[in-house]
Parts: sequence; structure tokens; C-alpha cells
Amino acid sequence: MSGAGVIADHESHPLFLPLVFVGGAVFGVGLAVSQMARPEIVLEFLQFRDFGLVFVMGGASAVAGVTFWALTRSGRSAPLTGKRFGRRLKSMDRDVIVGGGIFGAGWGLSGICPGAAYASLGIGNAVILYGVAGMFVGAYLQGYLREARSDAESPAAAD
Amino acid sequence: MNEALPLIEILFPRGIAQYLIGGILIGLGTAIIYVGTGIHAGASTFLESTLSYGSKLRHFQQPKFVASRDWRVVFTLGIVAGAAGYSLATGEFGWTTDVQPSRLFVGGILVGVGTRLGKGCTSGHGVCGVGSGSRTSIANVAIFVLVAVGVAQIVMALGVTP
Repeated sequence: MSGAGVIADHESHPLFLPLVFVGGAVFGVGLAVSQMARPEIVLEFLQFRDFGLVFVMGGASAVAGVTFWALTRSGRSAPLTGKRFGRRLKSMDRDVIVGGGIFGAGWGLSGICPGAAYASLGIGNAVILYGVAGMFVGAYLQGYLREARSDAESPAAAD
Repeated sequence: MNEALPLIEILFPRGIAQYLIGGILIGLGTAIIYVGTGIHAGASTFLESTLSYGSKLRHFQQPKFVASRDWRVVFTLGIVAGAAGYSLATGEFGWTTDVQPSRLFVGGILVGVGTRLGKGCTSGHGVCGVGSGSRTSIANVAIFVLVAVGVAQIVMALGVTP
């Protein structure tokens, strides 16, 4: 099942996948409770007609942030993976800016983002499959173009 | 005096309770996974890691996608199941958006390109990255919110509803 030579993250502990499922389910309940699973609510936020989403993002990042901060400070490692607790830090480059702009254009046009789209499917909103299909097309497209770009820049490089 | 709506009702016509409670639950789901695994689970990597099952492109066959693709499927199924369970319990199940399918599809393409190029989405940068105090994530969120506001305002000005 796994790619050659790659050790899958979940091979470490039998409770890994059940815990991910439970965390995902709580996450999904949150998206349904907060109404973010409804594109209309997101669009009303972006159109300044209901600012409630500030509390969704604020509440979520505060709870996650306190957890990250406390466990990172503990200096310990996660029980199921042995992975050292740390913060989520990504390097800054042009892609972060350009990608953010393209994502924003799509979010503003449609009112959907990945997690909220999965939750929207969960609340029975089958029409959202157009959006999910679009996301896969977009993800494939950028992967294809980035591979073509890196091949053009370094034709001899074979990873 | 009594004709003017209090500011809070103008800003939050539906109240704030469901938004705050929902946000706390989203953070809690993220925290549950983190406490056990040390992983900051974002929702958009699923798009690329799932493509690794079917695409032979080297981009999708990177170890970071192949090694995480199984649990990312489980994470996404959890999100779907949690939202389904809640909406079935409250009787909201079956709600359908009025946003046009063409907008969902085109918007989805842009979301797919932008979140993957930009290294994260509303949950990866917005919840985990901002929660980590990452300057990269704060910059990314500022840009996608600003652009989204601009586009959504144009959509509204053109008379497109919802």
C-alpha cells in the first residue's frame, strides 16, 4: 500500500488513526456548529454583513495556540508518534504570497475552503462536490506545473 | 434611540454564540490530534496527498505526501462524519447551498492551486499557523482575507447572489 521506502506516519501506534478520526470528527462538528460549512455564511462575512467568522477563527486559533504553546514549552514528545512537540512554522517565500492571493480569490468567489467543504458534504450539501472536484483539479494543476517548472530549471536533476 | 439597532446587532445579526462555540470545537479537534501525535493537522494537504494514490507525478510522490496520505484520508472522513452526525442530530442535514455550481467549481480550482502553492489554508495557516505565532502564516492569512473580501465585494456589487 505505502510507496516504496516510505514509512507511513500511522505505522507507529495502533491508536494513531482512531485518534485522528476523533480529532477530525470534533473539528467537523465545529465547522457545522459555526456554520462555516455553509458558503453563504462565509460570503456574508467577506461582504461585511455578519462578522461572526472572526470568532470562529479567533476561537479556533486561540485554543490550538495555547495547546501548541504549552506542549512545545514542556519540551516533551507526542505519545503516539514520538514526534517532538513544536510550533507550525513554514518558510516565507514568494509562493506563500502568490498562493495566498489565489486562494483568497477562490474563497471570495465561492465561499469555500478545504475543511469547510468536507464538512459541507457532511451536512448533506451534495452540490459542494463541484467545489471539492475543483479543489482536486487545482491541486493537480499546480503540482503538474511546478514539476514542469522544476524540470525546466534543472533538467539534469533526477530525484 | 430605540429605533437604532445596537452596534452588536449590526455586526453580528445572528449573535456570536454558535461562532465562538464552533471555533472552540475546531481548535479542540486540532488540539486532540496534536496532543497525541505532535502533528498540526491542516485540511488542504489532503488534496495533494490523496492525489499520490493515483498520480505518478514526482511532485505527488514526495515522502511527505505518501507517508501522511492514509491518516489524512481518515482525518477528512472524521470531518465529514462529525459534521454529518451533528446535522443529523439537529435536523439540519440536507441543507443545500444556493451558490451556483460554476462558482463552486471555479472557486474550488483557485482554492486548490492557492492553498497548495501557498503551503496551507484556513486551518493550516489560519488555525495552526496563526496559533503558532508564525509570521509566514499571519502574512498568508492577511493576504487571502484581503483578496477574498475584495472579490466577494465585487461579486456582491455585480448583483450576484448569494
